[in-house]
Amino acid sequence: MKYMLLVFHNERNFSELGEATHATMLDESIRLAHELASKGQYLAAPLQPTSTATCVRVRDHKQVVTDGPYAETHEQLAGYFLIDVKNLDEAITVAARVPGARIGTVEIRPVRDVPGLPTVR
Amino acid sequence: MSEDAMVTAREAIVEVYGAESRRVLATLIRLLGDFDLAEEALHEAFAAAIEQWPRDGMPANPRAWLVSTGRFKAIDAMRRRARYDATLGEYAREYDSLVTESAQADDQDIDDDRLRLIFTCCHPALSPEAQIPLTLREVCGLTTEEIAHAFLTKPATIAQRIVRAKAKIRDARIPYEVPAPSQLSERLDAVLRVIYLVFNEGYSASSGEAVTRAEVSGEAIRLGRLLVELLPEVETRGLLALMLLQESRRAARTSADGDLVLLEDQDRSLWHQDLITEGLALVTQALSTQRIGPYSIQAAIAAVHAAAAEAAKTDWAQIVGLYDVLTRIEPSPIVELNRAVAVAMRDGPLAGLVLIEGLFNRGELTGYHLAHAARADMCRRLGRHAEARTFYKSALALTKQEPERRFLEQRLSSLE
Repeated sequence: MKYMLLVFHNERNFSELGEATHATMLDESIRLAHELASKGQYLAAPLQPTSTATCVRVRDHKQVVTDGPYAETHEQLAGYFLIDVKNLDEAITVAARVPGARIGTVEIRPVRDVPGLPTVR
Repeated sequence: MSEDAMVTAREAIVEVYGAESRRVLATLIRLLGDFDLAEEALHEAFAAAIEQWPRDGMPANPRAWLVSTGRFKAIDAMRRRARYDATLGEYAREYDSLVTESAQADDQDIDDDRLRLIFTCCHPALSPEAQIPLTLREVCGLTTEEIAHAFLTKPATIAQRIVRAKAKIRDARIPYEVPAPSQLSERLDAVLRVIYLVFNEGYSASSGEAVTRAEVSGEAIRLGRLLVELLPEVETRGLLALMLLQESRRAARTSADGDLVLLEDQDRSLWHQDLITEGLALVTQALSTQRIGPYSIQAAIAAVHAAAAEAAKTDWAQIVGLYDVLTRIEPSPIVELNRAVAVAMRDGPLAGLVLIEGLFNRGELTGYHLAHAARADMCRRLGRHAEARTFYKSALALTKQEPERRFLEQRLSSLE
């Protein structure tokens, strides 16, 4: 069985923790990822902050692209695609083809490239 | 070299900077893959020019010299940093092989680079608050201080928006490309919107110094011209025509004391004829094609006004017809309001008033001061003064612009 673990926190509080704490937490995450990878249980990588987010909706067959993260609280996370494409334009093209984009929103977040994490393929 | 020759060489560099710096930057961004690296490289290239050109003479092709010098300096800087960071060394080697073959960019590449820069700065994944200053900074070469001055914001705010936008371009990997044909029309819309927003910022009678505002509109027109040159699509021409025809009325639309002068009351001898001629030619070109869009139609409406030697000779039937087309291809309450005003001119105030009342009954534009002002004006022309006063008052309560406030107050007092 595959599970997706969604991690929520407040980005502002996070930045106030300071660089030393960030480094400790990152080390901890990397160790956890390696431990899981050694058992064949690690499948994905961390995300870049919301400042890199882009939202895609399709309304009346037209693609609507906006800057920023998905901010509505009355809609729920319904699913995800983890994709590997050349750049944001290609990601937007894929996002616009997800049926959910017609009734809701697809938020695109780049996966963070963290040196030291197990390679995911 | 003599003192005079040195001065001449320096003047030549200043001239090259004005003419070429944005082109060189656009190409360096492609070659180096990063806005900040490219800006640093541009700066270094001109620093080298100031040192070498007065001594060795101007290179035959200054633009190519600047691109290759900037590229070399950037790779050199990366190599120096690479002594501390192995991955950067890897990058420097990669760039080296990648760039040598493409360094001999021809003029077509350079034009493409300018388009790449425009499309990247106006990418829909950037907010409009970021697109506008980024375009003015990177494409037009305005300083953050100049942009802040034009938009009545603090330079720090503008600088922060630009820094964030560049970070998003880098981190989310917004490509430095002219969009694929399937995406071009949507992406071009975004570019045209940014240019028109810049123009309106300089044209609307909001606040700020008249001189600065004219410069902002001038910058938008320059951008419009550049885009017509690089991508002569129908709507690109339409937008340039629209801006030129509106700009042609700048001198006539405010009085000496800064009061608003309505189109019908403007001294038409103050209209700038060269801009009108150029705008009309572009409108004709745009209208001769089948794929006409909202900017071309708005330009055609402006052209009908421009063709009327006096307000009474305006061809309102044609204007209503153009608004009918506009309502079909881009329906919006604002377009309906403008159409209602044109109908009132063609068929009398009552016909227009019925349309505006229809809009209000649907709950549209109730917070828009110009809708209240138009409604008031039609009531006034029908002699329904009490109603007119009510709507002028609601328009007054909603407007934030000083010249419009003065105009509405004058209208109101004329009804007392």
